[in-house]
Amino acid sequence: MNSPILNSKDISRAVSRISHEILERNHGAGNIALVGIRTRGVVLSQRLKEKIKEIENVTVDHGVLDITLYRDDLADGIHKPQLKKTEISFALEGKNIILCDDVLFTGRTIRAAIDALMDFGRPSSVQLAVLIDRGHRELPIRPDYVGKNIPTAKSKRVHVLLAEEDGEDKVIIQESSN
Amino acid sequence: MPLSTKNILGIKELTKQDIQQILDTADSLKEISTRDIKKVPTLRGKTIINLFFEPSTRTRTSFEIAGKRMSADVINISGSTSSTVKGENLIDTARNLEAMSPDILVVRHNCSGAPELLAQYVGCPIINAGDGSHEHPSQALLDLLTIRDHKGYLEGLTVAIVGDISHSRVARSNIRAMQTMGMKVRVVGPPPLIPFGLESLGVEVSHNLSEAIKDVDVVMVLRIQLERQKQGLLSSLREYSNYFCLTSETLAQARDDILIIHPGPVNRGVEIALDVMESPRSLILNQVTNGVAIRMALFYLLLGENNANPN
Amino acid sequence: MQTLIKNGRVIDPANQIDGSFDILISDGKIEAVEPQGKLTGSKIKNLPIIDAKDCVVAPGFCDMHVHFREPGHEYKETIETGSASAAAGGFSTVAVMPNTSPVNDNCSVTELIFSQAKKTSLVNIFPIGAISKGLKGETLSDMGELKEAGCIAYSDDGRPVMDSELMRRAFEYSRMFGLPCIQHSEILDLTRDGCMNEGIVSTELGLKGMPVEAEDIMVFRDISLLQKTGGRLHVAHISSGGAVDLVRQAKAKGLPVTCEVAPHHFTLTEEACRKYDTNSKMSPPLRTHEDIELIKEGLRDGTIDIIATDHAPHDLADKQVEFSKACFGIVGLETALPLTLKLVDEEVINLQKAVDLLTHQPCRIFNLDKGTLGVGKDADIVIFNPKTKYTIEPAKFKSRSKNSPYKGWKVRGKICYTLVAGKTVYSS
Repeated sequence: MNSPILNSKDISRAVSRISHEILERNHGAGNIALVGIRTRGVVLSQRLKEKIKEIENVTVDHGVLDITLYRDDLADGIHKPQLKKTEISFALEGKNIILCDDVLFTGRTIRAAIDALMDFGRPSSVQLAVLIDRGHRELPIRPDYVGKNIPTAKSKRVHVLLAEEDGEDKVIIQESSN
Repeated sequence: MPLSTKNILGIKELTKQDIQQILDTADSLKEISTRDIKKVPTLRGKTIINLFFEPSTRTRTSFEIAGKRMSADVINISGSTSSTVKGENLIDTARNLEAMSPDILVVRHNCSGAPELLAQYVGCPIINAGDGSHEHPSQALLDLLTIRDHKGYLEGLTVAIVGDISHSRVARSNIRAMQTMGMKVRVVGPPPLIPFGLESLGVEVSHNLSEAIKDVDVVMVLRIQLERQKQGLLSSLREYSNYFCLTSETLAQARDDILIIHPGPVNRGVEIALDVMESPRSLILNQVTNGVAIRMALFYLLLGENNANPN
Repeated sequence: MQTLIKNGRVIDPANQIDGSFDILISDGKIEAVEPQGKLTGSKIKNLPIIDAKDCVVAPGFCDMHVHFREPGHEYKETIETGSASAAAGGFSTVAVMPNTSPVNDNCSVTELIFSQAKKTSLVNIFPIGAISKGLKGETLSDMGELKEAGCIAYSDDGRPVMDSELMRRAFEYSRMFGLPCIQHSEILDLTRDGCMNEGIVSTELGLKGMPVEAEDIMVFRDISLLQKTGGRLHVAHISSGGAVDLVRQAKAKGLPVTCEVAPHHFTLTEEACRKYDTNSKMSPPLRTHEDIELIKEGLRDGTIDIIATDHAPHDLADKQVEFSKACFGIVGLETALPLTLKLVDEEVINLQKAVDLLTHQPCRIFNLDKGTLGVGKDADIVIFNPKTKYTIEPAKFKSRSKNSPYKGWKVRGKICYTLVAGKTVYSS
């Protein structure tokens, strides 16, 4: 078993820092909303929401995005993930949306997420928060908030495990199974 | 996870997991119809052909909206069944359609089994939108979704299906779907409208409406066709109504939380009384909304299954 | 012109022969049937020999129920292609049903059939004349004229004679000519728009059923009529266990009733219609396991007199359609032997009886001087190996049509030679 790149404490520190950065950049929590990309992006966004509440004592709007319907590789019939609900119950207009995901890789998921967001309205800005940026972008997308940059070979797989989904917090790197 | 079948020809071919997955997917898709912009790009550049050999507004529109909400190009073709040249119609139509490279073909036909025949000649996935008295799978799925929305679960529920069971593809699909999901099905109607041997499929048969709905969770009322009278299967609609119309009086004997569904279109006052139709227990309009979600789910789940070998 | 058939097991029920015999054919007739090796000397020197080792040598099979579609529907079958199909199935004699276009309800059509047969047929063709003019069920055909032209029975097959009064008159009038009336037993009121047996499968498939009572009631009606009218009733393609019982009772009363069964009615059930396979769409429809059991009982106790194929070829355009729109029937001649031998495998009947049902019995009922290896008779002979295994491939049928539900069936019993009047019309 590989030793983790980030352990539970590291992850907690990163969430804390990102929260502060978000608040700093947006001049407080007044106009922001968090949107998590299923599945682990949702966990990250919830943690950020809690942290922001802790710091500013403000509960920010929170939404969940399933980007499956916006994927660019659906029609090949190979990927057929179980579709889950998208839940965005607040108006996007005028908001600074913080899109949250666990790992930023090719950028295709973020592209899909931005498209999905736009179908719900016209936010004043969209910012991107990720726990891990592992490089290998295929689209012109960059994160605004990063937990940790981890340069990896393309063949490797970065696994983010979060307690809410996986029972424990850690980030590991594995050889790709195929 | 793909479905266990490339075509949706009937509930018969679907497993419990398939049905579960279709319902869950539809559940996730419902939200799209509540947006201001009711459209996702999922089927962009895909062609869906609605091939209807039988007049239908509701089902066809439902499939059309479902396709359009997912950005597919939806083309409606009305096939004629009046031609007397045997063999020419269906196969020739199929071959012509193949040349247009559709990604999904939705078929409604007045002959039982017609979609299965088409499936032998068409490479793309086929969705049966109702064939003769055989199956109408998307209707049964939307009925299940409607019931699940209100009950939270399906297993263990008892349903009474009232009306012309013999000629009803909705009844056949629902009987199969409900049994697959662990529900108990009872059919109610006059004996000439109950098909041969239904009991051996594990279905209870009753000819007494108020008795039959006493302990059920859901009552599904089927449309009764006037032409059954001409065929000698009914004495008159008036007498049918006397015994099988779902009224407030018959419902008084049923449980308070009974749900009422009807695949439509409704003959008001014949199989269902107006006040019952409009009562809060009636989910007829929920069914219509869920119809779009179910059909979107089928499109989503069949997408990309085009490459499979037609035979 | 002489031929010697050697080393075979000769089964000739008409002459109660079953054993190792050699057969000498001279000028199209049976010259001698002698125990193996008895035919010796200069008489048989240098003769063409057919070696029938491991094979059964029997009278050519006789199918009293085929549809050769000529005149009128030559795209499905002609007398020529139908006769080739017959020869390939071991049949040297067939009786053709009159539901052609025009209908064989007068001597000119009968003569046309004979003249076409003379020109093109590989096997003996016996026409069956219509009971009613145009098969309309309204007025009797000229039964005398039909008989004189060579018809061997009367039938409206494809349709029943629904009018009870007309049927009564048909029994009465046909008595004058000594020919049987063959009934397609079906009460049409009960089968309207039906396309398969009414039962659990039709319920599941949502197809309109044809209840078994439709057959039983008609058989009962005809038997009832017959008691007063005289004449002879032959029940075509019996498919209902109940109808078998009615025939049994009628026979017990000594009434002149006979019946036939088609191989599909003792090998397939309504289950074959699942998947909407139009090749399994027949009239009468494929019934249930119970019916098959009762039919086998009828074969065992002799209630069922003969096996006839109801050979009903249809081209692709008539079968590659919605089930409810497809034509009824299958190519029967080329699968009859292996399907009949299944009855032998299952010990329903023995091999001699199987041959009897396909040769001597049909000729007895229809009064044909065929189905026998008697000395001096026409040398119509089939040689088949009852053990040879093979897979049924409709694409290779000699029939112009290929509609068969038996595609891919692994069967045993293969025709090696079919001879008509001493001439080989088929060899594998």
